[in-house]
Amino acid sequence: MVIINIDGQDYQAREGQNILQACLSLGLNLPYFCWHPAMGSIGACRQCAVVQFQNAEDERGRIVMACMTPVTDGARFSLGGDKASTFRRNIVESLMLNHPHDCPVCAEGGECHLQDMTVMVGHRDRRYRGRKNTHRNQYLGPLIHHEMNRCITCYRCTRYYRDYAGGHDLAAMAAHDHIYFGRHTDGVLENEFAGNLVEVCPTGVFTDKTLVQHYTRKWDLQSAPSVCVGCAVGCNTMPGERYGKLKRIHNRFNAEVNGYFLCDRGRFGAGFVNSPQRLDYAAARNADGSYDAIQPDAALKLAAELLQPDNKLAGIGSPRASLESNFLLQQLVGAGNCSPGFSALDHALIPYTLQLLQQSPARIASLQDIESADAVLVLGEDVTNTAPRIALALRQAVRSRAFELAAELKLEPWQDAAVRNLAQNQRSPLDSYLSAESKLDDIARHCIRCNPEQIADHANAIVSALNGGTADSDSASDIARSLLAARRPLIVSGSGAQSAAVLEAAAAIVNALHRVNPATMISLSVPECNSLGAALLSSDVSPSIAALAERAVKGDIDTLVILENDLTRRCSPQTLALLYDNISNIIALDALDTATVSEAALVLPCATFADSEGTLVSSEGRAQRYFPVISTTLDRQPGWYWLLQLGRAARRDDFAELLHFDAVSAACAAHYGQLAAISAAAPLHDFVSHGLKVPRQPHRYSGRTAMRANVSVQEPRQTQDGESPLAYSMEGLNRDQGGLLPFVWSPGWNSNQAVHKFQSEAGGPLRGGSAGVRLLDETTDSSGSPAAKPGLPETGQWLLVPRYRIFGSDELSVRSEVIAELAGEPLLELNAADAASLGLGQDDALCIEGAAAIAVRINDSLPGGCIGFSAGYEATRSLVAGSRVAVSKAVDWASSRSQIISSDGGSRHV
Amino acid sequence: MFEAVFSQFRSIWRILGHSFSRAETVQYPEQKPYLAPRYRGRIVLTLDPDGEERCVACNLCAVACPVDCIALQQGVREDGRWYPEFFRINFSRCIMCGMCEEACPTYAIQLTPDFEMCEYQRQSMVYEKEHLQIAGTGKYPDYNFYRVSGLKIAGKDKGEALNEASPIDIRSLMP
Ligand code: SF4
Ligand code: SF4
Ligand code: SF4
Ligand code: SF4
Ligand code: FES
Repeated sequence: MVIINIDGQDYQAREGQNILQACLSLGLNLPYFCWHPAMGSIGACRQCAVVQFQNAEDERGRIVMACMTPVTDGARFSLGGDKASTFRRNIVESLMLNHPHDCPVCAEGGECHLQDMTVMVGHRDRRYRGRKNTHRNQYLGPLIHHEMNRCITCYRCTRYYRDYAGGHDLAAMAAHDHIYFGRHTDGVLENEFAGNLVEVCPTGVFTDKTLVQHYTRKWDLQSAPSVCVGCAVGCNTMPGERYGKLKRIHNRFNAEVNGYFLCDRGRFGAGFVNSPQRLDYAAARNADGSYDAIQPDAALKLAAELLQPDNKLAGIGSPRASLESNFLLQQLVGAGNCSPGFSALDHALIPYTLQLLQQSPARIASLQDIESADAVLVLGEDVTNTAPRIALALRQAVRSRAFELAAELKLEPWQDAAVRNLAQNQRSPLDSYLSAESKLDDIARHCIRCNPEQIADHANAIVSALNGGTADSDSASDIARSLLAARRPLIVSGSGAQSAAVLEAAAAIVNALHRVNPATMISLSVPECNSLGAALLSSDVSPSIAALAERAVKGDIDTLVILENDLTRRCSPQTLALLYDNISNIIALDALDTATVSEAALVLPCATFADSEGTLVSSEGRAQRYFPVISTTLDRQPGWYWLLQLGRAARRDDFAELLHFDAVSAACAAHYGQLAAISAAAPLHDFVSHGLKVPRQPHRYSGRTAMRANVSVQEPRQTQDGESPLAYSMEGLNRDQGGLLPFVWSPGWNSNQAVHKFQSEAGGPLRGGSAGVRLLDETTDSSGSPAAKPGLPETGQWLLVPRYRIFGSDELSVRSEVIAELAGEPLLELNAADAASLGLGQDDALCIEGAAAIAVRINDSLPGGCIGFSAGYEATRSLVAGSRVAVSKAVDWASSRSQIISSDGGSRHV
Repeated sequence: MFEAVFSQFRSIWRILGHSFSRAETVQYPEQKPYLAPRYRGRIVLTLDPDGEERCVACNLCAVACPVDCIALQQGVREDGRWYPEFFRINFSRCIMCGMCEEACPTYAIQLTPDFEMCEYQRQSMVYEKEHLQIAGTGKYPDYNFYRVSGLKIAGKDKGEALNEASPIDIRSLMP
């Protein structure tokens, strides 16, 4: 800590910061535009000007940019003096010369950093009488709306999109004041993280298109801390609600997890919450297969019959349901009768992944750790499409080399332009063994393409090289050398390749490396938001879905409870037929209508992540809690609540004590040693901040006495929330409760930049601590090898390898309208030589094992003998990764490939 | 003593004197008082001079309202205009303060000199858009927000708003 003097007063500041960061950390309001805590300074906007004095005698001083000036001991500044404030006011005035008169029709209004800064500097009247420059907008796809007139040329967008996220199709274009930020031509933005432009751009140039069509101002959004359910990374989010609809997802800062950024699946993939396919009421099936909506108590009465004590019960949980729901299901039907609900392959792989993480002596990398790695090896996991936010973190990891070089020259890491200039193309090594191309290839040193079996072989060669042996290939010894030389090496793998051998080999590398370097890190991806949680709850006695089907055939199951799981995605139609034909009493709980729900005798409508609470375990082993943003409506209830009611209906004593969510969570923690900490994942329901619950609504939430007036002018009491520490109210203080952050706002700071007011220092972790608790930090010694690998069919010579897509492979997000549009059609990919051998062209299709034809795409990055199939699509459900199949060219195939995004065709709003 | 008695008589005299002055009370409702156009009574939504809906659903009136009795939802028309999908004022809560009119950037919402809003049912005090919308411009006959704003709508391209230069050709290198 050093002393700096601002406006005659001494303050303590941390060395290594810049003056802007120091001022903000001290709570002083200094306007800025181009500086971003995750992207550093470039001094482009000239907004953060302060006056620096040579010494106590110097009275004139000189104007410097605070964001470009390092903190030095004894430095003297003036922030509030006339010279600096006039300069800053003039800067805003000049930025406003061409600014359109748009605030009322601008989706940034009310959370606009430009509005905030304009008010902060006191600029009010437009003196310039000339005409305003105007621009034409571009069509950037169904996710992001472009309104170029509002740009203030701060360059944040291109710095984020190109430098930070590695995108190529957005740039600063044209000369002098013609400058334009956009694509070279209209088209969908290619980068998977483009949605962050909405939050990065300090003005309304880039806004959330899904929000603009049914817009609500930030001050009217009711929100709560939540966790993304798009994948297992567990990014922290702040969904916003108005009039019972989920309006948007914003990033919730968590220094250890997602920092300032989300991926587009997470940001735009929550539309399923508003889907017309949501289940509204409980329903009982009639003899003819139709359903009648029934009252909740009638449903529970029916359930009581189905769950009576002499009925043999079984349950299928879900890797997309919360720990609490899965736990209660297990209690209801008994652990030995409860399947975790994985697919046949995952049933062996996910628990094995968990086991490797538990046994691993190395640290399980958080996203923050990933960013700090200085050598990365990716084994078989296409993270851009299975755990997208990890890919963005890996892009930062390869910059470790740049920061090393900068440190040698005593450059601060935030001196962005200097550091990038210095490093040019020098990167820390990132090597990947994948079965096809990936979006990270542009920053990778070695990209080796081979099938999963070969990946494991290569990895074992690296292990022997690490142990001092010789590797059989140059690349393997090269990789081993750089892993050994690194200070913080990281191995990234996961269940995506659907191969236990790959996982085993990854763990072997980590173990070998950890013996020489205890700072070694591991990151293993799993597919769904609570895959790891479901694995933590399962044990050797947990049956697979297929095992349950066998029991059903034997007549050992009378009633089956299926929790938030669409079984058609998990197992073959044959297995399902065995289940459905032999069990007449199926109770299905789900939020959305699925093929599985239509098989149930009793359907109970569940809440989603947006209208319930629950705990999820991310692939980092971090237990995190999400809270309801919307109060439950119709007869929808959280899964855990329905299961509690089912337990009561079945007159189960162990359910009598469990009255609240916290009690369920505590019971779950008490049952499983590994989950002991989950109650601490977030404050309990009785938590109060400054004497009150934490408000979900900002203090300027409008329309409270008119919102429901069309139904009844009598205003009901605010919905009470006895289950969480949050209130459906604007009363209370939103301050310093750490991860329990429903929204960010601070006086004068209406935009998301207000988050620095909640951080321990600008850009640092939240005051009150980061959200979630890590569960797997202690190495446990559970021994074991992968559970028996299910026999894979080998009917032909073509090896099936899964190809994931950020939009399309995930079950829930693809039920959001915009994501469905971007998902595209399922494909089979193979390289040109293989295609030629089958007589296939670009517009042909293939039939696998005589099944329906699927379009072919020639992709030369695939190794020979492999067919990549789009994972998670209905048409590819029957394909089992790792099996070898026979294929034939489809006859009479008419390609239906569509070229344009249908919904708005680019015309609207341009 | 004398002064006190005199003051009593003086008061009585003056009061009696009022018996012959002109009465201020009017025979409401038969007789209606004059109310200035700026009087703050029943709220209306107006049209712009082109006859299009003026409200752009910016929500500023709603947030300015101290009793929070305005609720609306924005939508986007085919022609690019923002408009309220619904617009509701709960007049049983409204205190006729005029803050919404002050806040409105388009002159859409205006208070009128009509205060006669008695109802037997409180529910009838809830006005929807169709009850609020009038067919004219109200007090401000000239203002048209979209002529000033930079948003492109059907019939007004980029660069055609007040004080705007025509769109930049970004491929040009001319100064
Ligand atoms: S970018 Fe900000 S200042 Fe500009 S029109 Fe939008 S809300 Fe107003
Ligand atoms: S588009 Fe936004 S982020 Fe990009 S330069 Fe303009 S104002 Fe800055
Ligand atoms: S990386 Fe995963 S958790 Fe994070 S935002 Fe994307 S889908 Fe959600
Ligand atoms: S302030 Fe005016 S334009 Fe905005 S929503 Fe209210 S009435 Fe409409
Ligand atoms: S924030 Fe310092 S110049 Fe832009």
